[in-house]
Amino acid sequence: MNWLALRMLTGDRGKYLSLIFSVTFATLLMTQQVSIFMGIVSRSASQIVDVRDADLWIMDQKVRFIDEAPYLPPTELQRVRGIHGVQWAVRFHKSNVNARLDDGNFRTAVLMGLDDASLVGAPREMILGSLEDLRRPDAVIIDKAGFEYMWPKQPYAIGKEFQIVDRRAVLVGICKASAPFTTLPILYTRFSQAERYHVGQRNVMNYILAKPEPDQNPEEICRRINDQTGLMALTQDQFFWKTINYFLGSTGIPINFGITIALGFIVGIAVAGQTFYLFTLENLKQFGALKAMGVTNLRLIGMILLQATVVGLTGYAIGLGMTAAFFTYTNRITHLAGIHMTWLAAGGVGVAVLMIILVTSVVSLRKVLVLEPAVVFRG
Amino acid sequence: MATTATASPSNAAVLCRNVVKAFGQGDTRTIALNGVNVDIQPGQLTLLVGPSGCGKTTLISIVAGLLNPTSGEVQVLGSDLSRMTGTQLVQFRQRNIGFVFQQYNLLPTLTASENAAIPLIIGGMPRHKAFLAANEMLSAVGLEKRLHALPNQLSGGQQQRVAIARALVHEPRLLVCDEPTAALDAQSGQTVMDLLKRVALQSDRAVIIVTHDSRVFNFGDHIIHMDDGLVTRQETPQSGHAQSGHAQSEHAQSGHNGQTHHASPDSSPEINQKSVQVYHV
Repeated sequence: MNWLALRMLTGDRGKYLSLIFSVTFATLLMTQQVSIFMGIVSRSASQIVDVRDADLWIMDQKVRFIDEAPYLPPTELQRVRGIHGVQWAVRFHKSNVNARLDDGNFRTAVLMGLDDASLVGAPREMILGSLEDLRRPDAVIIDKAGFEYMWPKQPYAIGKEFQIVDRRAVLVGICKASAPFTTLPILYTRFSQAERYHVGQRNVMNYILAKPEPDQNPEEICRRINDQTGLMALTQDQFFWKTINYFLGSTGIPINFGITIALGFIVGIAVAGQTFYLFTLENLKQFGALKAMGVTNLRLIGMILLQATVVGLTGYAIGLGMTAAFFTYTNRITHLAGIHMTWLAAGGVGVAVLMIILVTSVVSLRKVLVLEPAVVFRG
Repeated sequence: MATTATASPSNAAVLCRNVVKAFGQGDTRTIALNGVNVDIQPGQLTLLVGPSGCGKTTLISIVAGLLNPTSGEVQVLGSDLSRMTGTQLVQFRQRNIGFVFQQYNLLPTLTASENAAIPLIIGGMPRHKAFLAANEMLSAVGLEKRLHALPNQLSGGQQQRVAIARALVHEPRLLVCDEPTAALDAQSGQTVMDLLKRVALQSDRAVIIVTHDSRVFNFGDHIIHMDDGLVTRQETPQSGHAQSGHAQSEHAQSGHNGQTHHASPDSSPEINQKSVQVYHV
């Protein structure tokens, strides 16, 4: 009977393709939007993830997310270093600055000031230049997307001079870095250099990056720092989710994406459901004839579920393939790079497609199950 | 080859006693069958005729196990349908009854061979064997060259021949045909009726045909006339004999029809010599 169900389904190519298309479209729309949403939201915490050599982030008690941290007095660094269980602690600066180019144009950029001695928080993958060159006077390293943003259509090159807050900066390297939420260029420099770019500012340290002793529990160390300094200490994971949750709770991003995702789901149910329902209606006489000939309701349920499953799986697979192709293509575009189709998005949309199939099947099944086989004799 | 069986209730393929079927309730209650009594013998081609709305379709739906009667007894091939569960009825239909529909009801996406094989596949036969049997049956109805044609590539008459092959492929003991010639031109209608008479009719198989088409009356071994939910007359065309069925309605309404109205052959020796069956209804 499975053979019969599949022949009934695929025999009319036009209807079969419309059914597949509706599920494909819904899958594409939902997976793409979920992936972009996840990509954009995770960008809001990308600078936290990029710091791989420190496990603890210490900051003002009132910090809500990474881009909003007041400066701390230098003495706090010593207090943190003095806490039992802290292996090391270093200064870290993050701010937005204006970078003026030699042609007069300027760009807002994210400035990251790394501890002069250890360069903790430095990018791990260089495209051009060397991380050690950051120790040279006025040296800055820029991320790849930032270079293309500041010097569009120019080949990657180091040695370029520009100004940060009216002070000289020399480009000594181009690195890979996760795109920030605002897609601004990311400039890495030494902490002492960052102080020079903020001349007149008493303190420029807004984070302390630390590592606990190997035998210490990071969360316990965070509690200890909290208790003894009054600062907020978070593990990298905690700070990542604190930032993500801020963007989820305080911006319109989830609502906007949520609406689009919901629309994809509704369109999927409406179009796939209606097409499948019409497909069943058109075959009602045939289903009646099959019932008359001795096909049980249980078998008809199996046939319709099989048809819906084949449509769902095929549409879902094509939709995922199209989404993957979309992101493979857009990944070459610098400003869209880093947004991928995630397994979580694919899985979540898979559940949504399953629901579309179930709703679609139930509507059609109801019609077939209440069908009296005697209908076949009513011309 | 058509044979004429003796008309007796004991070996009747279909035996209906005082069958009543009502649809709806209260003010909308409609009585489609009002105490129908018929016997249909194996080896006979029985025509069920009458005006629209007279209850023909309801009667064959009940006989085919597709509808339950409101009251009365229906025995098909020796089984009392009213005692069967839903599942048993489905299995009974699948094994014993073949259907030919007015609009053919072929699956449009299947070839003639695949359509004809459906009853065997429903019965669990492996597909390749089912297709072989279906092809044989299609050859028997003269469609050996159109095995792989889709329904929309066949004429109406050819589609009905596929439907007949489908109805016969699992060798049912009862064939129920609903207006098989209604959608066909005269020539195709004659061909289909000829097939039903020549191929479908066997000594152990009863064929019931609901029809409006008076051109096919001469194919019937037994003609049951219905009107207003009652059997009004039954005849055997070979003799031209017929008898009024008004008595039946009176019996049906008085509740005595189970005793006297049944298929007893006419006692006239002359008529018996002609194998004519005239039923006292």
